[in-house]
Amino acid sequence: METIIELWAFLRQRKKIWLAPLVFIMLLLGGVLIIAQGSVVAPFIYTLF
Amino acid sequence: MNIIGISAYYHDSAAALISDGDIIAAVQEERFTRKKHDASFPAQSCQWLLTHSGLKPQDIDYVVFYDKPFLKFERLLETYLAFAPRGFSSFRRALPLWIKDKLFQKQQIIKALQQSLGDQLNWQERLMFSEHHLSHAASAFFPSPFEEAAILTLDGVGEWTTTSMAMGAGSGITPMKSIEFPHSLGLLYSAFTQYTGFKVNSGEYKVMGLAPYGTPRYADLIKQELIDIAADGSFRLNMRYFDYCTGLSMTNKHFHRLFGGPPRAAESKLTQKQMDLAASVQKVCEEVILKLASDLKVKTGAENLCLAGGVALNCVANGLLQAKGIFKEIWVQPAAGDAGGALGAALALYHAHQGTRLKSSHHTKPSTQNTSGAYQPQDKMQGAYLGPNYTSNEIEAALNSSGASYQKYTSEGVVEQTAQALAKGQAIGWMNGAMEFGPRALGARSIIADPRSPNMQRQLNLKVKFRESFRPFAPSVLEEELENWFDLKAKSPYMLMVAQVARQHQIPLSSQQQQLFGIEKLNVPRSQIPAITHVDYSARIQTVSAQTNPRYHALISRFFALTGCPIVVNTSFNVRGEPIVCTPQDAFRCFMGTELDMLVIGDFVLEKKEQNPKLRVSYEAKYELD
Repeated sequence: METIIELWAFLRQRKKIWLAPLVFIMLLLGGVLIIAQGSVVAPFIYTLF
Repeated sequence: MNIIGISAYYHDSAAALISDGDIIAAVQEERFTRKKHDASFPAQSCQWLLTHSGLKPQDIDYVVFYDKPFLKFERLLETYLAFAPRGFSSFRRALPLWIKDKLFQKQQIIKALQQSLGDQLNWQERLMFSEHHLSHAASAFFPSPFEEAAILTLDGVGEWTTTSMAMGAGSGITPMKSIEFPHSLGLLYSAFTQYTGFKVNSGEYKVMGLAPYGTPRYADLIKQELIDIAADGSFRLNMRYFDYCTGLSMTNKHFHRLFGGPPRAAESKLTQKQMDLAASVQKVCEEVILKLASDLKVKTGAENLCLAGGVALNCVANGLLQAKGIFKEIWVQPAAGDAGGALGAALALYHAHQGTRLKSSHHTKPSTQNTSGAYQPQDKMQGAYLGPNYTSNEIEAALNSSGASYQKYTSEGVVEQTAQALAKGQAIGWMNGAMEFGPRALGARSIIADPRSPNMQRQLNLKVKFRESFRPFAPSVLEEELENWFDLKAKSPYMLMVAQVARQHQIPLSSQQQQLFGIEKLNVPRSQIPAITHVDYSARIQTVSAQTNPRYHALISRFFALTGCPIVVNTSFNVRGEPIVCTPQDAFRCFMGTELDMLVIGDFVLEKKEQNPKLRVSYEAKYELD
């Protein structure tokens, strides 16, 4: 929860509240992907990180 | 005020400790875990910092992480948004990692600090974050010898920034200009690294080493199609040719079509094409760096320049920048990559809090004259010898427990024995004092040899380092002999400048030899010191000072007296894919797994022929190729 509050504060400070719905959808989608995949091993392409 | 800086979770994790602005110690986690470019939280490094300094966890006022995870997440989201619906496969792989792990990095760091340094303290209150390129800029400027300097940082990418220009004065760093993702000189270089068959983020220096074998026949094509370079050095990449925003590779089919085929398979035979590609991307990068530096000079009027970021490890470009004389002096952070970000983050916080310039370390010496005669105070990196050191008792105990046969000598005896062995053509593992911070071995954890031997380069590459035969070795030269042997006017204590071997020591090629191509050139002796002379007569120089590494200086001085050559071959003490050795046990293991003839650890000298043959180990297959 603390991370979500900090992320919200970050988006406000960066004047990027418009990203909030996207973050919400991505959190949901990401959660689904984690459950579906069961693993979070990603290839090393460092722009992803 | 005691501050620990940390870099982690991407590559080259490290920790650095500063106390009241003085640099106390710094080390990369890979040196402890023995996993090259280890990205895990630097738990062992943090523990070692406290043990080494005698501080307790409660003495640490702040811990600073070297970049800002939320800003990076913002870049990731906006990039996917900009390219959607392309990039779903990359998105599918990256997002779970972020959602599960990286988005919660603050909690992750706090937990790791509790586990490694104790859970009695409120680490959350003490944890701070620095921006990636501010960390690089701080690592470049604050330890430098300058009170005022222009600062240029270049790397693959941090949060958004890939290139930054700033002015440093006293305790402040004023940002001036930046170039943002996806336009990145580091990523352009990495794209060619991958295309030429090397690993991204570790093979870039191989591309740099390969470049002198080629001709830059693709440079114009690169400038026409891949990168648009403005007069001030700012640039934009044509993303039509790159895959890294949306895919799982650096380059795409358009890139491959442009350069006439698919990427070279890893470990397959190198051809003239890869050499020409390497020469071409190197030339383009040099052009960008020179233009950026020229613009920075015009805008700041500064006399001196500081460099950091992974691209600043391109010592060929650094040497060119030095030779052009745009700035009076250039100083490059020896840990220019992300490991150095740990030190920079700590320094950035200290100066932001204190408003004062970093105090001189009690280890550094007073100001001295440099070789060009210009006034040049010492920097504050203590020769980059900031890592673990071992007492004679610790070394002896380690050797005994390993079953080693050894002789103990006085300091003078060690120097004499080693110099005599070098002069006989032996390859020697040399472990002396505190370990280097950064990717270069600088005479604390080095393999050393006689540079005059025409077979030494091949022998070291194939029998000791188990690495590609095209790769050149670097010279360590006595600082006071520099100009007699190389065309370099300034010191290069961190092996971050490339310059030509002086003309009087070069051997001109015959007309028949000039017709040779690529690696065939390597077998032709090109100077009186062929083991460290690249095919274009260049060398990646380390100047050795009696002040920062007295025993190494004494050794080369004795070798000079014996042979008339004030230079030794210096390559990192490891095999391909292995982190540089850290402990006496690591050094002994590497010694017994390679064709090294002698091992010197502090005051202890070990000869291979006196070791129990049963202690020999099959060694090189232990490490994943880099």
